[in-house]
Amino acid sequence: MPYKELKMYQTGTYAVGNRLLETDERTVQSRTDRSNSLTSGHRACQGCGEALGARYVLDAAMRASRGELIAANATGCLEVFSTPFPESSWQLPWIHSLFGNAPAVATGVAAALKAKGRDDIRVIGQGGDGGTVDIGLACLSGMFERNDDVLYVCYDNEAYMNTGVQRSGATPPAARTTTTKPVGAEPGNVFGQGKNAPLIAMAHEIPYVATATVAELHDLEDKVERAMEIRGARYLHVFVPCPLGWGAAAADTIKIARLAKESGVFPVFEAVEGRVVGVSKIRSQVPVEDYLRPQRRFAHLFGEQPDTEVIERLQAHADRNIARFGLLDDGPTEGKGLMEMLAESEHGPQ
Amino acid sequence: MLRQIEGSRAVGDAVARCRPEVICAYPISPQTHIVEHLSDLVRTGDLERCEYVLAESEFGAMSVAIGASAAGGRAYTATASQGLLYMAEALFNAAGLGLPIVMTVANRAIGAPINIWNDHSDSMSLRDSGWIQLYAETNQEAVDLHVQAFRLAEAVSLPVMVCMDGFILTHAVERIDSPAQEQVDAFLPRFEPRQMLNPDEPLTIGAMVGPEAFFEVKYLAHAKQMQALDLIPEIASEFERGFGRASGGLIRGYRTDDAETIIVALGSIMGTIEEVIDELREEGHSVGALAIKSFRPFPLDEVRLALGAAKRVVVLEKALAVGIGGIVSANVRMALSGIELDGHTVVAGLGGRPITGRSLRSLLLEALDGGLKALTFLDMDAELVDRELRRAGSGAPPGPHAESMLREIGIVAASSH
Repeated sequence: MPYKELKMYQTGTYAVGNRLLETDERTVQSRTDRSNSLTSGHRACQGCGEALGARYVLDAAMRASRGELIAANATGCLEVFSTPFPESSWQLPWIHSLFGNAPAVATGVAAALKAKGRDDIRVIGQGGDGGTVDIGLACLSGMFERNDDVLYVCYDNEAYMNTGVQRSGATPPAARTTTTKPVGAEPGNVFGQGKNAPLIAMAHEIPYVATATVAELHDLEDKVERAMEIRGARYLHVFVPCPLGWGAAAADTIKIARLAKESGVFPVFEAVEGRVVGVSKIRSQVPVEDYLRPQRRFAHLFGEQPDTEVIERLQAHADRNIARFGLLDDGPTEGKGLMEMLAESEHGPQ
Repeated sequence: MLRQIEGSRAVGDAVARCRPEVICAYPISPQTHIVEHLSDLVRTGDLERCEYVLAESEFGAMSVAIGASAAGGRAYTATASQGLLYMAEALFNAAGLGLPIVMTVANRAIGAPINIWNDHSDSMSLRDSGWIQLYAETNQEAVDLHVQAFRLAEAVSLPVMVCMDGFILTHAVERIDSPAQEQVDAFLPRFEPRQMLNPDEPLTIGAMVGPEAFFEVKYLAHAKQMQALDLIPEIASEFERGFGRASGGLIRGYRTDDAETIIVALGSIMGTIEEVIDELREEGHSVGALAIKSFRPFPLDEVRLALGAAKRVVVLEKALAVGIGGIVSANVRMALSGIELDGHTVVAGLGGRPITGRSLRSLLLEALDGGLKALTFLDMDAELVDRELRRAGSGAPPGPHAESMLREIGIVAASSH
């Protein structure tokens, strides 16, 4: 299943318009018959990457399942801004249980449906980075290793945003959060920590793992569609900038997501049973600094005396991703297993 | 069908007769035989249309049950002790969401120190989680209560835990009349959820409720437990008509009618207590016993009626509220509000220490003599504890309490100094 690259761009914006595409290639969101599973009226911040991502993911999943879809949601921004009792923005069957159990609740829903012989109804589990890589990791891993028929989507805004921007296991090095302030010996989040959830998912050798961003919404929908064609445990990790938490302009959400990809900070790829099967190449590489500057969570690295050492380390991280995943045109990618990819970070391409 | 069978297996069979659709299992002594047996039944096809999920933890297991129940599936799991605590957050969640999950709790002590033997600390520690709590006196009753539990849970839309003493009941092999499928089908209708996750009628479950509505929503769980106070005896009566034996209910009095002194207890210890009561009655003492079978909801009126005329009430409990004393006795006291009588708390059997007929007899005689204190620890080596406390307070090098006490009484032979 190679990454399907759309080659039509409106010049200057890199946006892929629907107008110039065949009808069957247009996004679900552009259709008047979209399910609007996350409908308007919710309380997300202006420019919220998660709301954007969730809208695309759920409507694409609803289309793929012909409207037969149940969602289990972890505690977090998405849950809180969408369900202030007695109102709800959800137009599909939806359950929120606890912070750390969304994958297990999804497993339970899928099990009940299976017992009832209703394999036409599909299940999606969703949560933020905190609920997925930290407090929910045990349940997620259990769902993966049992190969339960659940598509789990992580909306990664790289911190515990709902509680006021605390550091999570997905917070990048040097980033400012309320628990990793730019004070002390190592300003911002420390280096050498953090979990790579997509690689963890790959290590479970589940049928499908993919990453995506809200800068490439066609790609995001395609991956959901592809995931929904498969039975078993599937994982989708979506990079969703948070204007409030990252200190970025609300209008820059998509731009920042694009810069994350184009700098190599966030690799966009697909993997099947632990092997990479498709990679979204960098179109026009940018230095990591271009990605960092628009975000006040990295502001302490700039100013009169820029922290060039840290910026160089962050660049090295991005370069490592480029090497591992072959994000620039001259690198081979398909078929790489997890261990091969990890080895490359030490010794360069083999 | 009459069989000579281990308690756990009999419970497993009873659960299977209730046609669960999702069983999520995580092993912990002493419930493990239940989930192992259910695994066999699912694998062999004996239990059809049932998904058996091997959870990664008890928290995972209860979460799977929550998802399954919310999707309209009849869900079951079993746990004990540390496992029950590990799913604590999920227990409150299930009760708050009104999901009729049934769970066996094979009562076991809670660490530290780690201990796998029977007491009631586990279920007592979660008595306020919103779950209905039923206590079985015998393996037959444990079997019967599971059938009643599904019926009760689905009628009030609250989860139910069936508590049975770990090892004492779970691992005892005795004569059980196992309900037949037709009997259970006649007693337990299909699960008709009050609400469920259904693409045909989408709804939002688990919204965020602020101060303007939380109070009322939370109260509903209490209101449902109050409804259960009426329903539990009704279901027990109907069970008796259908299955030919008394099981369940709110309380059970044994020779309490004219008793001056009544001993109150939960679970299997009632068997030993009844023998002691009979003995003492033979000797002319006015004694009786009261089994509390539904601990949540707590049958305040029934307990008041059963005990109100007695002169003396001795509550024997297998749990300890560290820092205050009795748990069951506090609840019993609430039922006796305004009534003046001698009340005594006896904490016994912690960590599986046997409660002997002989000890119970001495205890009751002491009570009848007027010599029983307000709070007693039955068969606990008080002198040993006193010496240990003096040693700890003496400035001697601190060491593990348990080890030094065991060394004192000669169980641990090796000594490092």
